[in-house]
Amino acid sequence: MLESLLFLIMGLITIVCALCVVFQKNPIYSAIFLIQTMVSLAVLYVLLHAQFIAAIQVMVYAGAIMVLFIFVIMLLNLSKEDVEGGRDKLFFQKPSAIILGFILVVMIGTVTLKTVSQGIKDEYTPEIISQIGNTQLVGKMLFTKYVFPFEIASILLFAAIIGAIVLVKKRIIEDEKV
Amino acid sequence: MIPLTWYLILSGILFSIGAVGVLIRRNAIVIFMCIELMLNAVNLAFITFSRQLNSMDGQIFVFFIMTVAAAEAAVGLAIIVAIYRNKATVNVDDINLMKW
Repeated sequence: MLESLLFLIMGLITIVCALCVVFQKNPIYSAIFLIQTMVSLAVLYVLLHAQFIAAIQVMVYAGAIMVLFIFVIMLLNLSKEDVEGGRDKLFFQKPSAIILGFILVVMIGTVTLKTVSQGIKDEYTPEIISQIGNTQLVGKMLFTKYVFPFEIASILLFAAIIGAIVLVKKRIIEDEKV
Repeated sequence: MIPLTWYLILSGILFSIGAVGVLIRRNAIVIFMCIELMLNAVNLAFITFSRQLNSMDGQIFVFFIMTVAAAEAAVGLAIIVAIYRNKATVNVDDINLMKW
């Protein structure tokens, strides 16, 4: 009962904040609402017995990635006209996008409700997970079954660091020459 | 115990909001945030299926999606900063150099 109540409250907060992300004029407000969306999603992860992912969601997503977003918004320091965006170039884009979004929601909802989900059940029931510990199981999987993707991820992050530095640094070198 | 279908529908709603946001906003940073919203919706679906099938694999996938999202955010924001330096705008309607 308490679980259902928590799901309803958190689901409502998530949807309202997600709508605010889209419809707020100021990008900073959008970013703040996106952080709230991520935190309430973390609560939903706890409800689904994924405690480690919930902690990572708050630390990595709401902490690191969103700080990066807000940092860039502050760095660009957009003017009022730039934030408002002015007139649309495509006349009917916004209404048709919203209508198509509604159709997408209805389609996903219909497919989800009509489908009877099947699949081979694995051994990790919530009882076993709480007995061993969620984090321990994730760690075990990462270093046994998924050790190769784990190593690839480190290369990906390294490439991302170099890419970001190269993209932003280019202009500085040119300035030094002049 | 609430049915797991509700989580999937919530995930679908979040994904649709993100998709609509990409279509109706003109600010490149907000479009980027909407993409993050869509990634989060997919993460929720992954966790739900992982719970439904009593499996840990979905959670590992979410872990990797977060890694990719971090890399994507770093590179994407660097691209936005570079565009801003060159064109002094982040409005996607004004960035139309490759439009035929």
